[in-house]
Amino acid sequence: MSEETYKIRIKYVKSGVLKYIGHLDLMRFFQKAFKRAGVDVAYSQGFSPHQLMSFAAPLALGVTSEGEYFDAEFNSLESSEELVRRLNEQMVDGVYVKDVILLPEKAKKAMSIVAASDYLISFNNEDIKDAVLEKVPYLLKKETIEVFRKTKKNEKVEDIKKGIYKLELNGDKIYMFLATGSEYNLKPESVIEALCKEADVTYNRFDYQIHRVETYYKNANDKLVSLLETGTKIQ
Amino acid sequence: MSRLALSDEILMGIEKPARYIGNEVNMVKKNPDDVDIRFAMCFPDVYEIGMSHLGIQILYDTFNRRDDVYCERVYSPWPDLDKVMRQKNIPLFSLETQSPVKDFDFLGITLQYEMCYTNILQVLELSQIPIYTADRTMEDPIVIGGGPCSYNPEPIADFFDAFYIGEGETRYNDVFACYKRMKADGCSRAELLHELSKIPGIYVPSMYECTYNEDGTLASFEPIYDDVPRTVTKEVVMDFNDVHYPEKPLVPFIQVTQDRVTLEIMRGCIRGCRFCQAGMIYRPTRQKDVNLIEDYALKMIKSTGHEEISLSSLSSSDYECLKEFTYFLIEEMGNQHVNISLPSLRIDAFSLDVMKKVQDIKKSSLTFAPEAGTQRLRDVINKGLTEEVILNGAMQAFHGGWNKVKFYFMLGLPTETMEDAEGIPALCERVAQAYYDIPKEQRNGKISITASSSFFVPKPFTPFQWAAMLDPETYIERAHHVKDTFRQQLNARSLRYTYHESYVSVLEGVFARGDRKLSKVIYDAYKSGCIFDAWTDFFDNDKWMAAFEKNGIIKEFYTTRERGEDELFPWDFIDIGVTKKFLLSEWNKARKEVVTPNCREKCSGCGAAKFGGGVCFERQKNG
Repeated sequence: MSEETYKIRIKYVKSGVLKYIGHLDLMRFFQKAFKRAGVDVAYSQGFSPHQLMSFAAPLALGVTSEGEYFDAEFNSLESSEELVRRLNEQMVDGVYVKDVILLPEKAKKAMSIVAASDYLISFNNEDIKDAVLEKVPYLLKKETIEVFRKTKKNEKVEDIKKGIYKLELNGDKIYMFLATGSEYNLKPESVIEALCKEADVTYNRFDYQIHRVETYYKNANDKLVSLLETGTKIQ
Repeated sequence: MSRLALSDEILMGIEKPARYIGNEVNMVKKNPDDVDIRFAMCFPDVYEIGMSHLGIQILYDTFNRRDDVYCERVYSPWPDLDKVMRQKNIPLFSLETQSPVKDFDFLGITLQYEMCYTNILQVLELSQIPIYTADRTMEDPIVIGGGPCSYNPEPIADFFDAFYIGEGETRYNDVFACYKRMKADGCSRAELLHELSKIPGIYVPSMYECTYNEDGTLASFEPIYDDVPRTVTKEVVMDFNDVHYPEKPLVPFIQVTQDRVTLEIMRGCIRGCRFCQAGMIYRPTRQKDVNLIEDYALKMIKSTGHEEISLSSLSSSDYECLKEFTYFLIEEMGNQHVNISLPSLRIDAFSLDVMKKVQDIKKSSLTFAPEAGTQRLRDVINKGLTEEVILNGAMQAFHGGWNKVKFYFMLGLPTETMEDAEGIPALCERVAQAYYDIPKEQRNGKISITASSSFFVPKPFTPFQWAAMLDPETYIERAHHVKDTFRQQLNARSLRYTYHESYVSVLEGVFARGDRKLSKVIYDAYKSGCIFDAWTDFFDNDKWMAAFEKNGIIKEFYTTRERGEDELFPWDFIDIGVTKKFLLSEWNKARKEVVTPNCREKCSGCGAAKFGGGVCFERQKNG
């Protein structure tokens, strides 16, 4: 790979019917969008060169988000504003680019630095809403929060409390700030399940719409801040 | 954002929900209230197959250029969704507006292979449209079929209101005009169908009546009104450089079978292989101007962002500007990181040079389709490829570093003997020997030869439409014998042989040359659970056999029976330009092992010249 490429990080929104498109298909979508937009994306070397691209924290199918990120490499740059404009000309309903930033030369891949995400949970099923919402202020007061978690090998009871940084009401929605990434990864579904258990309500994935708000990393001061702060706007 | 026809719970509970949500790049958006005609275009198979089909992309683009028409897409729901839709009584919907197909003016269904017939009934039933044309009213869409299988539409005639015979680009404006006029007049469905039947290329099965002889063959096939044409002439695009082509094809989210730009360079084939239906029904061969396709190639890559471009034609090597165009592509696409895929190329110095440039030799293989194992049988089927040509091509390739070869054959061809069958392993062995004759230091390791045989199915509008299909037991025996013979070859360890199962081919054989008596069999097979018959996982031969038995239909009448020269065929009412007389003379020449030159070497007077263009007039044009 040539050394003169620029590492960039793209923030985008995934909503509406796009929530049914898995992250690998979305990656192919963006690769084609780059080609249509005619931006100067860098390719790998070898007999079948491909665009260098990697996602920060893949979203589960069915989840929407306004704080998604992926990394790419470009051979030459335009301003952030211009790149956003050109890429958005190539988007379809349900996906658009919010920002493009330039990363420092030695920046680590987004995937390896993601530490947390926050979510808003809304209800598709009004019947259980009040019962579940009522438990939100109390869950974190418990000493342990135990749920069944499936791993590749087995299913076991686990205390997920250490992965919940915040859990609060936000109007008639639930706001939660959770550990994400390689160190500890907690899915919002597990927290909803725990709330259901408290409320004595049967957990059904389709009673809820999960929406990711932002993706975070730990900065040099050990503070969780948006991935957007890993780089700078291109002027 | 428009609402989806399926709930979150349904979409999250099935495989690949992206099949059902539409919203792809280059999808056409219109307000259905602003158009006069809503056309649902259906490929009766799963999304990934249907989205790979060029014909639908062409018609989707052509129809949607009209302000008064909105063409949307429909594919077969996979069995997981099929089950849910039946349970919850959800009507089949279009991808674009997610609205019920039953509310459309037309449901167009493309007929690409016989084994999709039960899927057509699934589409109709899930759409809540009566399965039989006789049961439909003005409230239901006009169900119209098109594509290769409409060249013998009789087995499915009872399910369709109309068929469009021939190339779709030419006559739909007349169909739409007729529909708008008749609807404004408040006509009945029967009146509308009667009017449609007068449009060239349109076949309305309910306007014809057939009678049968005691032996089950067709006795007569006549229109029921005087003003309905006795023969339907296929539609054909004669100005091939002035016809719509989709510059902005749809780009699916999920990976589909043909995930690339497909560029049609030529329609028809000059070769005249006697088993090949496409080679007859698409006559005369027409080429696209090289400047035009160069322009399309650039525009389509730009509008899709695809990373691969592929050429579409029946025999790319016969495209006269292939060299010029291929080197243009290599030059232009290389800079843009676009791969080039060149199917159906004859192996020679030029194609090897090109392959070297666009493929990784280590991964790619040479492909030959001799179709038959001996020169005698290749003369019978009029396949011009000789053993000398194969060996020459292979040797050039071996010296260039290739060491993988694929061979395609058919078993059960007319006049085929055991010796012809044994010719398959013999030919493969000679290629392997030729490879090992090259000094060790000049060749690239071991050779790997893969040969496969399919079970020959005689098709309408070919010289073999009179031929008997081999019975499946003999076919399997012959395939076993070929396999055993492969094992006895000196280089057996470098040779691999596979053959297709017989069941599906037998059904294809029945429907390919079938008549109207078969609709009941298809209906019963579908009702007993047959669906996605083209998919091995779903094909259920026992259910099909039960459906034949229930209706007293003998399969062998359609398959293993050799037809007499005077027999009236169910598809004879269609005029493809190529005459029955020519096909018959080809059938006689086949049995005498006499070859017929290709269209550029010498005109054989097949009849396609009546369309007034294409290869038939090339020589005049070139002086």
